[in-house]
Amino acid sequence: MEQVKCECGHVNPIGTVLCEACGKPLEEVPMLLDMRYEGSARRSQTYNQTIVDKIWNFFSSVKVGIWLIVITLVASAIGTIYPQQMYIPPTVSPAEYYEQQYGWLGKWYYALGFHDLYSSWWYMLLIALIGVSLVICSLDRVVPLYRALNNQRVTRNEQFLQRQRLFSRAQATDYETALRHVVDKLTKRGYRIREENGNILAEKGRFSRWGPYVNHIGLIIFLIGAMLRFVPGMYVDENMWIREGEIKEIPGTKGKYFLENKKFIFEVYEKEKEKEAFQPAIDRVGSGMMAKNYQTDVVLYERVGPVVAGEEPKLKRIKSFSIRVNEPLKHDHYALYQVDFKLDELKNMSFHLTDKQTNKSFGTITIDLIQPEKEYDLGNGYKVQLLSYFPDFYFDENGNPNTRSKVPNNPAFVFKMFAPDRPKGEVSFTAIRQTIEPLGDNKYKMSFAGIETRNVSALTVRRDFTLWILGVGGAIFMIGLIQGMYWNHRRVWIQRINDEVLVAAHTNKNWFGLKKELEGIFNDTPFVMPIDQADKRS
Amino acid sequence: MKEKRFWLRTVILAIMLAAIGYTIYSNVFVEKRAIQVGDSAPDFVLTDLNGNKIQLSDYRGKGVFLNFWGTWCKPCEKEMPYINSQYNVYKNEGVEVIAVNVGEAKVTVQTFVDRFQLTFPVVIDQQDQVMNAYNIGPLPATFLIDKEGKIVDIITGTMTEEDVKKYMERIKP
Repeated sequence: MEQVKCECGHVNPIGTVLCEACGKPLEEVPMLLDMRYEGSARRSQTYNQTIVDKIWNFFSSVKVGIWLIVITLVASAIGTIYPQQMYIPPTVSPAEYYEQQYGWLGKWYYALGFHDLYSSWWYMLLIALIGVSLVICSLDRVVPLYRALNNQRVTRNEQFLQRQRLFSRAQATDYETALRHVVDKLTKRGYRIREENGNILAEKGRFSRWGPYVNHIGLIIFLIGAMLRFVPGMYVDENMWIREGEIKEIPGTKGKYFLENKKFIFEVYEKEKEKEAFQPAIDRVGSGMMAKNYQTDVVLYERVGPVVAGEEPKLKRIKSFSIRVNEPLKHDHYALYQVDFKLDELKNMSFHLTDKQTNKSFGTITIDLIQPEKEYDLGNGYKVQLLSYFPDFYFDENGNPNTRSKVPNNPAFVFKMFAPDRPKGEVSFTAIRQTIEPLGDNKYKMSFAGIETRNVSALTVRRDFTLWILGVGGAIFMIGLIQGMYWNHRRVWIQRINDEVLVAAHTNKNWFGLKKELEGIFNDTPFVMPIDQADKRS
Repeated sequence: MKEKRFWLRTVILAIMLAAIGYTIYSNVFVEKRAIQVGDSAPDFVLTDLNGNKIQLSDYRGKGVFLNFWGTWCKPCEKEMPYINSQYNVYKNEGVEVIAVNVGEAKVTVQTFVDRFQLTFPVVIDQQDQVMNAYNIGPLPATFLIDKEGKIVDIITGTMTEEDVKKYMERIKP
């Protein structure tokens, strides 16, 4: 029992509401026909036998699809309540951070994966299930719809015609001549005419019905593109901080490429330097308040020979480039974008070794804050040893000096100062605006003599082989959307039954447009313009 | 007809399930995609505090306990003494420790090493090259490498002395 035979002789799949061929209702239906999917049998509604069918039918439901979308939307909204993981300080563990900051809510936020929503397994599962729902919903509807539109006959069942929203019935006088006239006009309007025993089916814009499905194909391609980002080598998204003067490996290139930062430039709009026309605008925000340019002048190198991490690389210069915002350095499908910067990071710090009493200096040492020396010899028996170095100094919970990171944000030193009259040396703890002499009063001190700074630039490293797939998916998505939105599928049936002319018309959208068009076609013919039966009833 | 429909549906569902499974598996259940358990450990050369070159590939035939650390990282500080004492037990059984500092100043590292009297080689990854190769995120991170140079396990987070012992036992040749 998988088929239903209509009185017109056509055999329909079970679950069909309106006969695919003649349109006769096969079930109890309301006065006006619901023409969605042409009354065809959505396959989900019919077979429900195996577990595979049950899973299939679950996803075939539009209701399920909409719920999946709603749940995803709600989850996304919740994900904006507290900051995402990438925005919390990188030095703290997220497990502790969320609980400390937001209490038990924060704890659950973290535990459930809301802190890194797009990477949490259940969020990805939701997106994937939407994808599954999309595929199955579409397949289950497009195939029967195609069958129904392909099998439709010119001559329809009377019930089908009179239950269309636009319908009229009149006495047939001089039918043949009038019909020729109408067919002529319909053809001019772009309708394709099929004729059968003096009955007419005029149809145009059927391809508009495929719009939603084309759109869904685009979406699926888009999702596949997004999925391919997880395939190794398809997608690289890394960050690098590079100081002026540094040569560093570019992360994500597997040790193949190196970058040198020659200079980082930050410019603002200044009153004196800009043209007359810009003066009022600069006045409004204040001179020097608006950024004009962020730029890193770099040199790109390629490593020659085998890659052994950590080994001093042999480098071949490839090119120099000025990276600016939206003007990335591109090479070998990699792109380096300007994303962030830090001005005036400490580079060197200088100190005089001085006698506290007389203020006499016995020499100056300059300390490289990235790689300080162990010992600085000043000659004549004066020297300074560096016992400890804390680039980012603070006192930890035990009261000991410690460092927060390896970045010289707040350098502190433990010096041992030697002089001819202090051969065993004196120990001094020196930080910015702070000196501690842990072992009693010293004769000498390290007095601050100056600093040198440099800028640090942050770059994003991108390599994306999925972009074109996303582009193709997006384009198909738009084509489907336009196809479904800007064209209407319009049909007009004209049929003579006994001595009456029946005219019915249907469109999948824009009834107003169809009525306007039909007025133009029927106004000077003996046929009666079909009446909107939906209006009549209300 | 019925048969055909069943197989068609099964195949479509199976393809979609495979795609979803792969995506979620590769993204969530594999730590940091660039390097995984089962891969062979990327070779590297770094210089230790005494100026000796340490190359990973020279350690074939031994188990290597590769630890990434920084002096500011409290959990690293906590587990260093454990690693040190277990190293003294397991070095006679063919397990070596290489502690890679994440590019701090030599003075800072030396102070730390002296304070805890670490006896295993401590190298400094001055240019982040080794960190990139091993895709190091938060510290500490430990890689267990067996005698064939394969990564047996990747541990992020603090270890107790018991853990350290257990891990060294695993890579004993």
